[in-house]
Amino acid sequence: MTPSIVIGLLWLGGIAMAAEIPLSERQSGYELMGGDTRAMQDDDTANPAMLWVLDGEALWNRRQGAAGKSCADCHGDARAGMKGVAARYPAFDGARARPVDLEQRINICRAEQQKATPLPFESKELLALTAYIGMQSRGMPIESKDDKRLTPFLRVGEELFKLRQGQLNLSCATCHDDNWGGKLAGAPIPQGHPNGYPLYRLEWQTLGSLQRRLHNCLIGMRAEAFAYGAPENVDLELYLMWRARGMKVETPAVRP
Amino acid sequence: MARAIVNVPPKARRGEIIEIKALIQHEMETGFRVDNMGRVFPRDIITDFICKYNDEEIFRAELFPAIAANPFFSFFTTAIESGTVTFEWSGDNGFSATASRNIAVE
Repeated sequence: MTPSIVIGLLWLGGIAMAAEIPLSERQSGYELMGGDTRAMQDDDTANPAMLWVLDGEALWNRRQGAAGKSCADCHGDARAGMKGVAARYPAFDGARARPVDLEQRINICRAEQQKATPLPFESKELLALTAYIGMQSRGMPIESKDDKRLTPFLRVGEELFKLRQGQLNLSCATCHDDNWGGKLAGAPIPQGHPNGYPLYRLEWQTLGSLQRRLHNCLIGMRAEAFAYGAPENVDLELYLMWRARGMKVETPAVRP
Repeated sequence: MARAIVNVPPKARRGEIIEIKALIQHEMETGFRVDNMGRVFPRDIITDFICKYNDEEIFRAELFPAIAANPFFSFFTTAIESGTVTFEWSGDNGFSATASRNIAVE
């Protein structure tokens, strides 16, 4: 083992890290955006993602499903009750014995509490609710995962992040750990932090989830993308959130 | 009705130049895209946007398929008198949306 790898090994929550971006050098994708795009994100009356947030607020208060309950009937005012929630998801779910992300948590609530049909991934309704809940954590630091039950899943997520896959033989880490700040086809390579999701991507012309971003990256690597809601996706999300621990939530962000 | 977010300063001094912003949720389907079977998604866009200040037209725009989804307009006017600023969007398939904000000019 070379000295650099020994220095690079960092034990935290039982996870070995090598070639990780030093905490002080981490930056949000926001830092790489042009002035116009930043202005869109900074101004709630110019940020198109706010249209989904308004939809989410309406859905939060709407009674749905056979139980005739709204999210607000159990959780009250989201501005108080949902504060900080998005900053700690994906979180461990005891009944499923594995982590679930915020979208899955919403659908679990729908199925078990509201007795309603789960919302499809990337549906307008699910994105709207996720954005509304996510926004309640805006400006808060992403929590580090000190839940021991998450450690094995975090490790799987880390392995997936560093796994070379697809016809181009790239891993997530090839771009986002080793070459961030560089250019890929003229566009800046960000560090790949999940701190603004769901976010409005100008390329998509709509709001999209972190899983959609992962899907796009994997397709770009010419690898087989994981299905929406697949454990691999959630483990990757879990690792990405751990990797971005302490960074501020920007939901709902705007990205080019 | 489609969701819209409009921003007019609630208060302004007489003669002050104010910024007005209007954002609306719309997919702006161009009419040039096709599905997997080669069938064209029919065009569905907003075609007109009009802003009036106390019933006087102060801004008008025609929109075309090249304009992105969720169109956003920002423009300036002079605060002349207290009243209402109204916004109207109209487009394909009978699309219509309105919004209004009051402004107090001192």
